This record gives sequence, C-alpha cells and structure tokens, in this order.
Amino acid sequence: MCLAVPARIIELRPDSMALVDIQGTQREVSLLVLDGDAAVGEYVLIHVGYAIEKIDEEEAARTLALFDELALHDESFGAPTPGEEA
Amino acid sequence: MKHSHILLAHGSGGSMMHELIREVFLPAFDNPYLRRGNDQAVFDPPGGRIAFTTDSYVVQPLFFPGACIGDLAVHGTINDLAVGGAMPLGLSVGMIIEEGLEVDTLRRVVNAMRDAAAAAGVPLVTGDTKVVERGSCDKLFINTSGVGVIRDGVNIDGASARPGDVVLLSGAIGAHGVAVLSERKGMHFATPVRSDSRPLHRLVAAVLDVSTEVHVMRDPTRGGVGTTLNEIAAQSGVGIEIDEAALPISPEVQGACDLLGFDPLFLANEGALLAIVPEQHAAAMLAAMRGREEGREACLIGRVTDSYPGIVRMRTGIGGTRVIPMLTGEVLPRIC
Amino acid sequence: MSVLAAFRDSERAAPILERIRARNTGPVSLMEFCGGHTVAIFRSGIRSVMPEHVRMLSGPGCPVCVTSNADLDRAAALAKMPNVLLATYGDMLKVPGSKESLAEVKAQGYPVHIVYSTLDALRLAHEHPDKQVVFFAIGFETTAPAAAAAVFQARAQGLSNFSICSVMKLTIPGARALLDMGEVRVHGVIGPGHVSTIIGADAWRFLPEQYGLPVAISGFEPLDLLAAVDALLEMIERGAPGLSNGYTRIVKAEGNRMAWGLVNAVFERGTATWRGFGEIPESGLLLREEYAAFDADRRFQPEVAASSEHPACRCGEVLRGVVEPPDCKVYGTVCTPDHPLGPCMVSSEGSCAAYYHFHQGAARPH
Repeated sequence: MCLAVPARIIELRPDSMALVDIQGTQREVSLLVLDGDAAVGEYVLIHVGYAIEKIDEEEAARTLALFDELALHDESFGAPTPGEEA
Repeated sequence: MKHSHILLAHGSGGSMMHELIREVFLPAFDNPYLRRGNDQAVFDPPGGRIAFTTDSYVVQPLFFPGACIGDLAVHGTINDLAVGGAMPLGLSVGMIIEEGLEVDTLRRVVNAMRDAAAAAGVPLVTGDTKVVERGSCDKLFINTSGVGVIRDGVNIDGASARPGDVVLLSGAIGAHGVAVLSERKGMHFATPVRSDSRPLHRLVAAVLDVSTEVHVMRDPTRGGVGTTLNEIAAQSGVGIEIDEAALPISPEVQGACDLLGFDPLFLANEGALLAIVPEQHAAAMLAAMRGREEGREACLIGRVTDSYPGIVRMRTGIGGTRVIPMLTGEVLPRIC
Repeated sequence: MSVLAAFRDSERAAPILERIRARNTGPVSLMEFCGGHTVAIFRSGIRSVMPEHVRMLSGPGCPVCVTSNADLDRAAALAKMPNVLLATYGDMLKVPGSKESLAEVKAQGYPVHIVYSTLDALRLAHEHPDKQVVFFAIGFETTAPAAAAAVFQARAQGLSNFSICSVMKLTIPGARALLDMGEVRVHGVIGPGHVSTIIGADAWRFLPEQYGLPVAISGFEPLDLLAAVDALLEMIERGAPGLSNGYTRIVKAEGNRMAWGLVNAVFERGTATWRGFGEIPESGLLLREEYAAFDADRRFQPEVAASSEHPACRCGEVLRGVVEPPDCKVYGTVCTPDHPLGPCMVSSEGSCAAYYHFHQGAARPH
C-alpha cells in the first residue's frame, strides 16, 4: 500500500499547513503528524496530503554510494551492521 | 444580447434564437457557407476518398489550463480526420446548452472555436443549437462532425500494423489528462501543465509527404497511449513492444502522476500523434515531424512484433518486461 | 533534488542484478507485504529479470484487497443513509461488495466523493454544513495518521458533521497470521517502506527473531527493491537472518513517534475481518471511546443485510498465495477487469488482473 512522494516545502502556512512542490505540481499539505519542525527548502515525504517524514539527503547519498560500490567491491549492501544484527 | 444568461427561449426557433445566432455564432464563425443561411453546407465534389467522423465533448470543467471545450471540440474532430490521413474540408457544430448558462461563458467558448478553426484553416460550415432545461445537461455539450479528403495512395487502418514496423510518437504524453484533472472539483492541486490540445492535420501531412506508406495512425485521447496501443495490437493481431526509457514524459506530468498515483500511459492527450510505419521510413518521418512545432519532440518508442499477438509489452528501465493492459475504469487518484 | 532523482537512474540496476544472479541460495520465495511494492514490482518488471530460482510473492499488503465484503457493504449502507455524503479514496470505488461497488452506489444517485486526502474530506464537511460527511477510512499504518489527524482536527474545530468509518488495519498482525497459517513457504520478507516510516524499522525485528526470516525494508524505486532482494539473498546465503534497512533516507529505527502516537491516541486495537483470512484479533484500528462522537458506525448504526462473498471467488486463497488465479472457476469468465467479482481483479496490479492481462497471448507469467 501507501503511495508516497518526496516534495519540497516552498511555503509554511498557518495551522501546521505547508505548500509543497513535486516537480512543478503544488499542493497544500499538513505537517501535523511530522515529528519536529520543517523549514522551507526541506524535502518531506507526502502521503494522502500529510507530510509523514523528513527526507534525509545525507542518508540518500550514502545509500546511492552503496548501490554504486556494489559494482566495485564484493561487499554486500544491506548486511546488518554490528549492533543492528537481530 | 439582451440577456446575460441563456433562456429556454434561445432554443425555441423564434426571434430569440435568431438573436443568439446573429449576436454570438455568426460574428465568430462567419464564412461563405454559413452566410448563405441554409440548413446545410454545400460542397463541390472533391477529388479523392472522403473521410467522415463525429465526436461529442462533455468535458467538465469547461475551461482548463491550455484550452477549453470549444477549441477541444474543433481540434478533436480535425484530429479524428487527420489520423485517417484526411485533410479536413469543414466541420459541423451542434451545441446543447443548459438553461442559465452565462452568455459570456458561451461567447468565450464560441470565440475559442473561432480561433481554433481559423488557426487550423478549417471552416465551421454548419451548426445547430438546442437549449435544455436546467439540470438536463451540464452547462454545455458540443458535438462536432467533420468531412475530409484522403490523398491518393494513403491507406491507413488500425488493422495494418505489421511485424517489423516501428512506433513513432509526436511528443510528450499525459499533459491534457493532468490539466483537466487539476481543475476537477475536490482535487486541490495546482500544476503548470497545460493541455496539449492542438490540430494534427498538418503534422500528418508532413509525415505523408515523406511517404504515403503509413500503416496506422491514431491520436491517443481518452485511455492514453497504453489503451490506444492495445487497440492497435488487437485490431492488427500483432504484438507491440515499447521502451520505457524512450517515452517522452515531462517532469511536471511525472510529478503530478507521482503525487496522485496516475500512470502517464493512461492519461488523455489531445495533441499527440501515434504512427506505425515501416522501419525504412522512420528516420525521414521523424525528421519531418520534428520540423513542425507540434512534433518537435517526436521519437521512436517501440516496435511491432509477431510474438505475443494482441499484447502490448514494455521494456522497463531496469531491463525487465511488463504487460501494458488497457485502461479499465476511470483514472482516479489512488493512495496505494 | 538530484540525489533522489538518482534513485531512478536505471543504469545503476545492472550491477545489483549481477550480484543477485551470482548469489547461491537455491530456490527461494521472497514476499512483500505492501501494495506499493506490488505496484512497483509490476511496473518495473522486476519479476522478469529475477533468476529462475528467485520467486517474488505478493502478500496481503493492499488495503483494498483485504477489505471484507461486510465492511464494503457497511460503507454502501452509510452512503445510502439520508443526508450522508460518503467520502473515500479513489482506490475503493470499483471494489465489489456483496451486491454492489461504491461506483454502482454513486451511479444510483447517492453522493460518493473521491478525495485524495482526509484534508479534502474535512473541507467537504465545512462546505456542506447541512450534510453529514462520512469518511470511509481504509489503509494500514501509513495512512492511519491522516485519519487520526482528521478526527483530532474535527474535534478541535468543533465540527459536528464529520465522522469516519474505520476499517483500517495493522500490517504486523496480518503478516503474522499469514506466516502462522504455514501454507506459504517464505524465505525472506521485503519490509514495507512507508508502513515502517510510521512504526519504525525495529517493528520488524520479530521476523528474524521469532520466525528466523530475514527482512529488508525497502523504498519504492526499482533500485531500492533490487537492493532489498540482494540484501535478503545475502542473508539467506550466509544463513544469518537479520534486519536490513535500505530505506534509511526515510525510515528510522523507531519510526515517526509523533504520527504513531497520534494514531494510538485516537484509535485502539480491535478485531478486524480480513478478506481471505477472516477475523484477526488486535489487527484493526477502532476509534477510542473518547472519540465515539466521530465514529460513523456508532453515530448512524447503518443496517447491513447479511454479507456474502461470491461463492466461487477464490481471492482469499489467491491473496494467501495458495492458488494461482486460473485455479478459480470464475477467473476470466465471469470475473474480468471490467467486471471484477473480487478485489484481486480490481486494480491492474492485483494478482488476478495482472495474470489476466498477461495471459491474453502468453504462456505462464514468470
């Protein structure tokens, strides 16, 4: 389930609302269920009109780097890190 | 016009109807055929085979980014003629107006039809107006029919796609669908996307100037490219394989699709041309398309195969394959 | 945001695929529990690039598909009550209930509004003060915060003409129910990225710990899914089931505590009926007593005749992965994408619809 899309906050509005942009498409969404504050310019994940999480660009870059490393090293992506092991 | 809103009497056949025609329709559509004031337009027999088509327009809302029901009704019927390889001679216009429609709204629609017909060089040669009681239709319905002439040697048919043919597309898809949906009640999103509504007969002529050997042409309107390709695959009894990476989709259309869960392959277009042609003509036809504004982004999106007859398959970005079905039901925003 | 666009760069797929093909696991079945993953797998053609020994299964992760006829009938009954205006997500319109779908109810002249968000449903309530707006709430953990927020806001605004009919469900009890049935052999689970955004990656630790199954939380781009498959195969290969989170750009170990807290403040857990599974305790989200005024079922007490599933429809078994669509007698004859009898035929990614479209001319789907 659960179609959600990354969107950039372009304007903060009263009542925990914000205007967001998805490649030119704009929609007013609610920030009510977001944990913590969000600022103009930040990316959030939108599901059914609500921002449900902020997008961590550093983590995104790290994941991409892992994808690319796969081609170079014989090291697995997604192997549980120590301490994350069940 | 004495009245600001359309009354039932404007469709009565009496003096008020004449006033409506005199004040709104004639000044906009004026041409020698209409000026005669007869019940029909009369043509000398043209050379070549005749194409004849009709389409009704019930779009809601009447106005949307990039176009309105009026220019859509002109372009749509021109395009239905054009994709048969016909140059349009003239169109008829039938209007069913809901009692209470603002005369100014009607005038805006009529003027959009005037401008579209003038730009396309296709006259609106005969017409009819009815007014129905409030609630009997939604503001304004328009029917346009058209007659055109097919040049010699052209034999375009949905059943003519052959294995080895290639599939050409004139430009980016999904814009009309997104533009109309963005104005629907309850959708609450804004988009810079404008309808691609435009006439295609000159683009078609440019392709036919390269060679009359065009097997299939369609304008993928409701149901989108996905549904139209399925119709062709079924009619021709062939398989069609398209390449996801080659599909022209603007970031703005993709953004709206990502937000609302639409698939651009199933969104309506009103100014896109699909052509299935022998591979040997592909390069020259693409060049001819790109030489015109409405075909600037023309590209080759796929091939006709003898495997998987009746089925449209897509080569995906990651090198996989998926089946593209026909659209079932209406395009609705989805959450999953 | 180029770093996000890069997740759509399909050239990055080839090396991951190469690794997947090189993994030495023997035949394995990997299951996702997420309609969004079903769609992404379908649209990107991932099944067609998997090596033969890797089978991808779709679990009961689509809230539309697992909604029971009884719940659909209740929504239809609510839509037909005087003065009620029913609002719901577009996904629900075509789904057939015992007698009719909401699209058919709408065609009979009853007001059924498609909304993209509960925000739009609240707006309807403001725009129609003389009507009772009932929001038919489907969805899992991802969607529940939007419903909770709407109820919360309706109370704050003193809105007396808004209520919801909740048939929302929880993923984890559903996944447990499927695994406990023991009918389907699964070797690894692709964890639902957006459900996990709310409940946290750690919520899936029970899979390796209690079921010995590796789980890889995944995003929704083809690259995310390929990487998740590779992570699962890697853990299977090593014989070391664990939790891997490949969607760290969104999903935190603890999830979104604010959103999940709001859900738990407004809803409590109760028994829910899942199509194909029957009643699963503690798997439904029901409005708490203090929000009873916003509970459409309590407010309107719709009368519903005894619900029935179509006797021949085997969607339940298809959902559980124990039969293939053509094993069902009505598949492709009475039940087609234009006239679906069961939810698996409703959306083009549903197991039966996907099978149907593929089979117009081809052999068995991969």
